[in-house]
Amino acid sequence: MIDRRSFALGAAALGVAPLIPGVAQAQAIDMLKIFCPAAPGGGWDQTSRTIEQVLRATNLIKAAQVTNVPGAGGAVGLPQFLNNWKGQPNSIMVAGMVMVGSLLANKSPLRISQTIPVAGLTGEFEAIVVPAESRFKTLKDFADALKADPSKVPVAGGSAGGTDHILLGMIAKEVGVAPSKASYVAFAGGGPALAALLGNQVAAGISGYGEFSEQVKAGKLRLLAISADKRQAGIDAPTMKEAGINIELFNWRGVFAPPGVSAGDLNAMIDLMKKMTATKEWAEACAQRDWTQITTFGDDYKKFVDSENTRIEAILKDLGLA
Amino acid sequence: MDAFNQLMNGFAIALTPVNLMWCLVGTTLGTAIGVLPGLGPALTIALLLPITFKVDPTAAFILFAGIYYGAMYGGSTTSILLNTPGESASIVTSMEGNKMARNGRAGAALATAAIGSFVAGTLGTLGLTFLAPVVVEWALKFGPADYFSLMILAFVTVSAVLGSSAVRGLMALFFGIWLGLIGIDLQTGQARFTFGLTELLDGINVIVVAVGLFAVGETLYMASRAHTGQDEITPLKGSLMMTKTEWKRSIGPWLRGTLFGFPIGAMPAGGAEIPTFLSYYTEKKLTKYPEEFGTVGAIEGVAGPEAANNASAAGVLVPMLTLGLPTSATSAIMLSAFQSYGINPGPLLLTSQANLVWGLIASLFIGNVMLLVLNLPLIGLWVKMLRIPAPQLYAGILVFATIGTYGITQSPIDLLMLYLIGGVGYFMRRYDFPTAPVIIGMILGPLAEQNFRQAMTISAGDYTVFFTRPLSLTILILAALALTGPKLYALATRRA
Repeated sequence: MIDRRSFALGAAALGVAPLIPGVAQAQAIDMLKIFCPAAPGGGWDQTSRTIEQVLRATNLIKAAQVTNVPGAGGAVGLPQFLNNWKGQPNSIMVAGMVMVGSLLANKSPLRISQTIPVAGLTGEFEAIVVPAESRFKTLKDFADALKADPSKVPVAGGSAGGTDHILLGMIAKEVGVAPSKASYVAFAGGGPALAALLGNQVAAGISGYGEFSEQVKAGKLRLLAISADKRQAGIDAPTMKEAGINIELFNWRGVFAPPGVSAGDLNAMIDLMKKMTATKEWAEACAQRDWTQITTFGDDYKKFVDSENTRIEAILKDLGLA
Repeated sequence: MDAFNQLMNGFAIALTPVNLMWCLVGTTLGTAIGVLPGLGPALTIALLLPITFKVDPTAAFILFAGIYYGAMYGGSTTSILLNTPGESASIVTSMEGNKMARNGRAGAALATAAIGSFVAGTLGTLGLTFLAPVVVEWALKFGPADYFSLMILAFVTVSAVLGSSAVRGLMALFFGIWLGLIGIDLQTGQARFTFGLTELLDGINVIVVAVGLFAVGETLYMASRAHTGQDEITPLKGSLMMTKTEWKRSIGPWLRGTLFGFPIGAMPAGGAEIPTFLSYYTEKKLTKYPEEFGTVGAIEGVAGPEAANNASAAGVLVPMLTLGLPTSATSAIMLSAFQSYGINPGPLLLTSQANLVWGLIASLFIGNVMLLVLNLPLIGLWVKMLRIPAPQLYAGILVFATIGTYGITQSPIDLLMLYLIGGVGYFMRRYDFPTAPVIIGMILGPLAEQNFRQAMTISAGDYTVFFTRPLSLTILILAALALTGPKLYALATRRA
């Protein structure tokens, strides 16, 4: 289904725009429909709202409508997006690594690859921290204790099978401990996990760096390492690789088109995301929220999503969750 | 008195006409959404987040805090009048409150709820102002083992709502615990009791169950007995406001409710429901009018839990403002609003954003007064609602319950669930099973389970952890005393 507007957009994406006078002005999308398979306030919702704000502020779209269908790390929303949004132009779903893991852990028959990956946008690296009073000074101290007796090193994080648990599983495997032996204490979200750390109830904690940053600055928590690919400006901690554990992990987020959209619509969406990620408004929004920009499009993004699916499935199997 | 000077500075900020207007808008909006079942403060603030791009941070937070406090006030109104709790913290209020309303004391019930909310809200905010650093340090000492013991203590409160038959009451309790276990298990990520339905993966919303059991079940029961002409609602008996005795009977519960609500609200895993259970239990044990509980409705059973729930709202703000720690859905959303201003909420917030924080705290005092002024005159209007003839009133309750439930997630499955639970509620009512233990089981069961398993993981499977931690041991001893104390006392006095 190609209407005139999306044809014009598709043409623009293919570089035909300069040949058609006036298209540059006419190409703003009237209404972008964003499907957010999570409740208002969370990471995907913030990404959805940020996309909406940046696109509107830069006049790339006229209006946007965000639909929230929360539940089970996206496992409730995905079937709706696959069925009810099928073939609809100007529609995207915001999702990411958490959905990949949640579908596997819930033994859902659905996969994120049933949608069409449009663009990878952001990632948040994870941080591993210990209470200020902890005897662990470096990641190596922590790893040694884990190796000696994993049951003595309870680690707090978000729900089981999520990004935080996956990272602990990876660390355990890397130091030669069976991931399922690692002592993981799941809390309902970053707040309660943080409380357990500040109250010195657990040995260490894993979560997105942003959850811990202020406590680290205030000296209440010690940052052992981050799971980014390289050192980050303003963060005084090594990457896991630098600290001797060969792991890189981003809680990535991106956008997906519903199955059945035309090539023209898809290209128009990819083009819209390319334009958006090039704006300074987008860069500012990402910086404000501590999001690392991980920008990939179309086929490259699909390859990335597929490889993440394989990697996460393997570690969840090791953890005994998939 | 550094805090005092800061607070005065905060009043200077909050008392500007613009900020007063935001406070009024917030409290009014909050009252309205509190009245509606389903729409809670977290969702409302999330929907209002875009406002953060238009107004300055102080104004936005005054608005949000007004909504939060307002919702805590408003939640009691429908609980008392229609037996339809607007949010989970006012479920306990409906137990005695609705009985009072049916017996012509709706005005007094609403008044003790409103004034109790004011008293507790003000005392709680005073606690937030002067005790926050102390309270937060103490609250963080609670680990999963201590929370588990606290849940055990809370389970003792079930005995206050068991009704005439312990077997029936315990069956209702375990039904509630089972409902609470439905969904993905936090510790393993595996689905339990979902029967392959993706819609059940996130569990069943406790509000859906409460509204189903109380409002829908009750309506079906009333409809089934319509021809007998019993269970007439008395719209008003005696004065609209509280009598002198009712004032006397309310003051103690207000203060005790505050003492439960504020510290437990400040605990990272405390919440607003547990203090209301504890307060209800305490008031039922202490009252001089035990015969009114569960029959014509005892005012202590409204005053205490309502105060507890409002004091806990102030408590929740303690870890949020002193540590940047979100411990409830509402405070998590408020913290994400801080971020959209580029303010990083954390332990340094009080020093780096002193004007914002103290302006906010001052506006909480002002908002409390506004809520009282807003709510007291409305009581006369609310009570008139009970003059609506029963068929229309109950039809209205059904419509109200349905819209409210649909509003939570816009999911038709929730509606199906509402009427299924409503059917269960009808049978429970018909065969004399108490419904309150279902809700208590549903809230406490999963909390107790998760905290138990967290404690076990941390202690590497050592059960003695519940007896070796001083906090946990103390709470367990309290629970044992609460269970056996009254019997031992009776035994001792008989001998003497």
